[in-house]
Amino acid sequence: MSYINAFLVGGAICAIGQILIDKTKLTPARILVLFVVTGVLLTALGIYQKLVDFAGAGATIPLTGFGYSLAKGVFNEVDQTGLMGALTGGFKASAAGLGAVIFFGYIMSVVSKPKAKR
Amino acid sequence: MGVIMADKHIGKQTVLFKSPPSIKATASIVGPKEGQGTLKQYFDYITPDELWGEESWEKAESKLVRETLTKVLQKAGMSNSQIEYVLAGDLLNQCIAANYGLRDTDIPFFGLFGACSTMAESMSLGSMLIDGGFADNVICITSSHFCSAERQFRFPLELGSPRTPTSQWTVTGSGAVILSSEQIGPYIKYVTTGKINDLGIKDINNMGAAMAPAAADTILTHFSDTGLTPDYYDLIVTGDLGRVGKKICLDLLNMNGIDIENRYDDCGVMIFDTKQQDVHAGGSGCGCSATVFAGYIYKEMMKGNLKRVLFVATGALMSPVSTQQKESIPGIAHAVSIHRSLD
Repeated sequence: MSYINAFLVGGAICAIGQILIDKTKLTPARILVLFVVTGVLLTALGIYQKLVDFAGAGATIPLTGFGYSLAKGVFNEVDQTGLMGALTGGFKASAAGLGAVIFFGYIMSVVSKPKAKR
Repeated sequence: MGVIMADKHIGKQTVLFKSPPSIKATASIVGPKEGQGTLKQYFDYITPDELWGEESWEKAESKLVRETLTKVLQKAGMSNSQIEYVLAGDLLNQCIAANYGLRDTDIPFFGLFGACSTMAESMSLGSMLIDGGFADNVICITSSHFCSAERQFRFPLELGSPRTPTSQWTVTGSGAVILSSEQIGPYIKYVTTGKINDLGIKDINNMGAAMAPAAADTILTHFSDTGLTPDYYDLIVTGDLGRVGKKICLDLLNMNGIDIENRYDDCGVMIFDTKQQDVHAGGSGCGCSATVFAGYIYKEMMKGNLKRVLFVATGALMSPVSTQQKESIPGIAHAVSIHRSLD
């Protein structure tokens, strides 16, 4: 059952992205930023946690999930170290993810050759 | 009192040549996608892939230019030293595809920027050089490349960004013509030079709509300057308005009492099979009108299937910077009137 929830929620979030590409003039970069910011807002309002509980990776993998982990990281760090946590918390929570993304992204850019779509 | 010497200038924007130059030869080389399109049998060579053995898209585009120039000279049985001028341009910053592609040709070089209207711009200026007695043989050549254009105007391919439904596919290809003072035909009899038209369209994913007003304006001006009517031509063809822009152009012309529907087509729609190939609204780029002209239109004229053609290449004159500064997209269209024979 958890697989189905993850599939449906993850798919729905991506479908929203596709609709934004097809129907609006938003560039892909703007849509991704919108997703991150939306994740932060929904987490602050307490809504996103419910989605994560329901759909697991289907909510944490899409970029809204990155906003979620940024927001959660800030909450935790502010609770522990005070207001400085607003600056450090997001980075601390996403450090492993960001490091992995940069490392693997770099490796793939060296290893792959871009091609035009057929 | 001023002395009026421009006796070949008629109406507002048109030149009527007294010694119409001839198109002596043409050549076109395209990429694999264009090589699977509806006009594939008209091109001289289809490259195996977009890199064509080069290290970068930009170098590949320069190779397209270089090889197309070589091909057109070969087809005309001429050498570089017989050409007085080469007029060339492309879509890249500082027109590097043309600059590097023609670096070793030893031909006096005029670099041009007209965005996707460059083929008609180069043929217009090349014709003036010949009719004006400044040259006997001129090469007009342009190119575009899907991958280099994506990097130039939108996002590099490496980013893997999805494209919108109204966007067009920049043609990978180069087209060249040799214009000559030899009286062999087909002849360029008139050129109507376009003005910059900006109706406030800001959507870079809908450039057909941005350029259609310029196309309609130049076509209307051509008819009013020359006194001709649409049925004078077998084919009136725009450069790359695509499906969307083509309809807008027709509507704008109809609003002004000019109906070209049954003799009108657009190179962007002609070059790809829009049903089979995933190219959204059609082809675009300098190479689009250049290869369709040098391949299909010229060959059909030589076969006798087309006797009089009005070739109207259209360009969008924005840059990534102007778009980021929220500017709209100015368009331009140049018309070249080509006749199989002068009678």
